[in-house]
Amino acid sequence: MENIDFSLVDWSRAQFALTAMYHWLFVPLTLGLSFIIAFMETLYVRTGDPEWKRITKFWMTIFGINFAIGVATGIILEFEFGTNWSNYSWFVGDIFGAPLAIEGIMAFFLESTFIAVMFFGWNKVSKKFHLLSTWLVAFGSNLSALWILVANGWMQYPAGMKFNPDTARNEMVNFWEVLFSPVAINKFLHTISSGYVLASVFVMGVSAWYLLKNREHLLAKRSIIIASVFGLLTTAFVVLTGDGSARNMAKYQPMKFAAMENLYVGQQNAPLIAIGILKADEAERAHKKQDFRFTIEIPNMLSYMAFLDPNAYVPGIKDLVHGNPEHHIISYQEKSEKGKLAIQSLAAYKNARKAGNDSLAKASLSKFEANYANFGYGYYAGRDMHELVPSVPTTFYSFRIMVGLGIHFGALFLVVLLLTMRNKIEKKRFILYTALWSIPLAYIASELGWVVAEAGRQPWVIQDILPTIAAVSQISSTSVQITFWMFFILFTGLLIAEIKIMTTQIKKGPEESDHAGQLTFAKKY
Amino acid sequence: MRQAIQNIFQFYYQGFKSMTLGRKLWVIILLKLIVLFLVLRLFFFPNYLKSNFKTDEQRSNHVIEQLTK
Repeated sequence: MENIDFSLVDWSRAQFALTAMYHWLFVPLTLGLSFIIAFMETLYVRTGDPEWKRITKFWMTIFGINFAIGVATGIILEFEFGTNWSNYSWFVGDIFGAPLAIEGIMAFFLESTFIAVMFFGWNKVSKKFHLLSTWLVAFGSNLSALWILVANGWMQYPAGMKFNPDTARNEMVNFWEVLFSPVAINKFLHTISSGYVLASVFVMGVSAWYLLKNREHLLAKRSIIIASVFGLLTTAFVVLTGDGSARNMAKYQPMKFAAMENLYVGQQNAPLIAIGILKADEAERAHKKQDFRFTIEIPNMLSYMAFLDPNAYVPGIKDLVHGNPEHHIISYQEKSEKGKLAIQSLAAYKNARKAGNDSLAKASLSKFEANYANFGYGYYAGRDMHELVPSVPTTFYSFRIMVGLGIHFGALFLVVLLLTMRNKIEKKRFILYTALWSIPLAYIASELGWVVAEAGRQPWVIQDILPTIAAVSQISSTSVQITFWMFFILFTGLLIAEIKIMTTQIKKGPEESDHAGQLTFAKKY
Repeated sequence: MRQAIQNIFQFYYQGFKSMTLGRKLWVIILLKLIVLFLVLRLFFFPNYLKSNFKTDEQRSNHVIEQLTK
C-alpha cells in the first residue's frame, strides 16, 4: 500500500466511532428496560394490583421516549459502510448481509408489531395478550441485537467463511459457525447483559430521585426492588461473560489482551493488574515487563483468566511483534511477509485469469490460500510493525474503569436492595444520591466496553485479514470531515431532545391511578 | 376477514389519535428519517461502488485493484 491518506483513514474511523457511540447511548436502555417492564407487567397480571399497572405504564413511557429517539440511529452506520468503507463492505460479502437481513425481517417486525399492542392495547386487548406483547417486544429488541453482534463477532473472529478471489468477497460456508462462533455468542451475551445492568441502574437512579424529592414512594420502592434484583443477577452474568470474553481475547486476539494489560514482555504466572497507573512514556513502559507508576496486582490471575491455568504463559506485545520461538509465536515481520505473498498471489491470480493462463492461476491461487490467514499483515510489509499495536493506555484504562464501575454497580444494587427491604432507604440520602449519579456512570461503563472491544483490536476491521488502511474508500477526506460534524450536530440534537423529554416526563411522574381502566395512558400514547 | 382488517385499522387509528407525548415523538422520528434518508443518504452518503461502477464485475475488479495495489 502506497500513498495512504491517514487523514482519510482517521476521519473515517472517527466518524464511525462517533456514530456508533452515539447510537449505543440509546440501545442498552431499550434492551434492559424492555425486560424490566415485562417483569413489572407480569406482577400486575399475577397480582391484579393496579399500582403495578401504573408503574409499568410509567416505565413504558420512558421506554417509548428512548425507543423513539434512538430508532434508526444505527442506519447511519450502514450508510458509512457503503460510502467510507466500500472496500470492506464489498469484501465482507454476505457474511454481514445475511445476519442483518434476518435482523430486519425477523426481529424488527416482531418488535414493531407488538410495540403497537404494548402502547395502544391497554384495555383493548386481554391482559394476557398485552403481557405477551410486552414480552415479545423485549425478546424482539434483544434478538435485533443478536444479529448485529454476530456480525461484529465475525469481525473479531472471522469463522465460517471462505474468500472468493474471483469476486473479491467472503462467502459464508457455514452459517452455524458464524452464528455460534464462541466470540459471537459471548459478545452477544456480554453486551446485552451489560445493557440490563445499565437499565437497572437507570431505573434505580430515577427511583432514587423520587425518594429524594419525597414523591412516588411506592413506585420508587417497587421499581428499586425489581431493578436491583435484576441488576444484581445480570451483574453476576456480566462478570461470567466478561470472563469468557477475556479467554476468547487471549486465544483469538492476543494483542488486544496484551494491550489491555500493558503486558509488553510475556510471562508465566502473569499477575492481573487490579489497579495501575501507567508510565506516560511508551518506550519507558516497553523497556521492562509491565512498568507502572503504581500498581496493585493479583498474583497469577492473568494467566488463570486467559488460560484457566495459573502457570500459563501469557504473550506480551513484544512477543507478538518480534516473535517468540520458544512459545511458537511467529513475528509480525514474518506474518507481514506471508501476507504480502497472499496479496501478490491474489494479483497474480487475477492477471493469470485475465490472460487465460490456467496453470499460473492455479499455482497463484494455491499460494494465496496458503497465506490468506495473514492477508492483512501484508499491508504493513516494509512498515514499522508497531503500527499493529493498538493504543495501550486507551485499552488499559478503559477496561479498568469499566470493571471498576461494574463492581460499583453490583455493590450498589446489593446495598440499595437491602436498605429497601428493611424500609430504610429513604433515610439514606447519600446512597440515594449515589444511585442517582450512577446513571451517567452506567453509560460511561457501557461505552468503555466498546472502546476496549474496538480500539483494542486496531488496526483491524476484520481480525488479521483486513486493516482500516485497506478497508477505506478512496474518497475525499474533507467530505468525511463535513459529515462527521453534521452527525455530531444531529446526534447531539437528538441526545438533548431525549434528555429534555425524558427529564420532563420523569419530573411529571406517572399518571394517577386509572381505577376504571379508562384513563391516562391511552391518552398519552 | 374484512372485519378483522377494520378492527386492526381502528386499533391503530384510535391509538395514534389518542397520542399526546407520542405525537411529539413521532414528529422527531419523522424529522430524523427525513434528514437521514432525504438529506444525508441522497447528498452525502452515496454508495461508493454502486455510484462509480455499473456491474458487480467492475466493482470486484476495483476492490481487488485497491487491495492489491
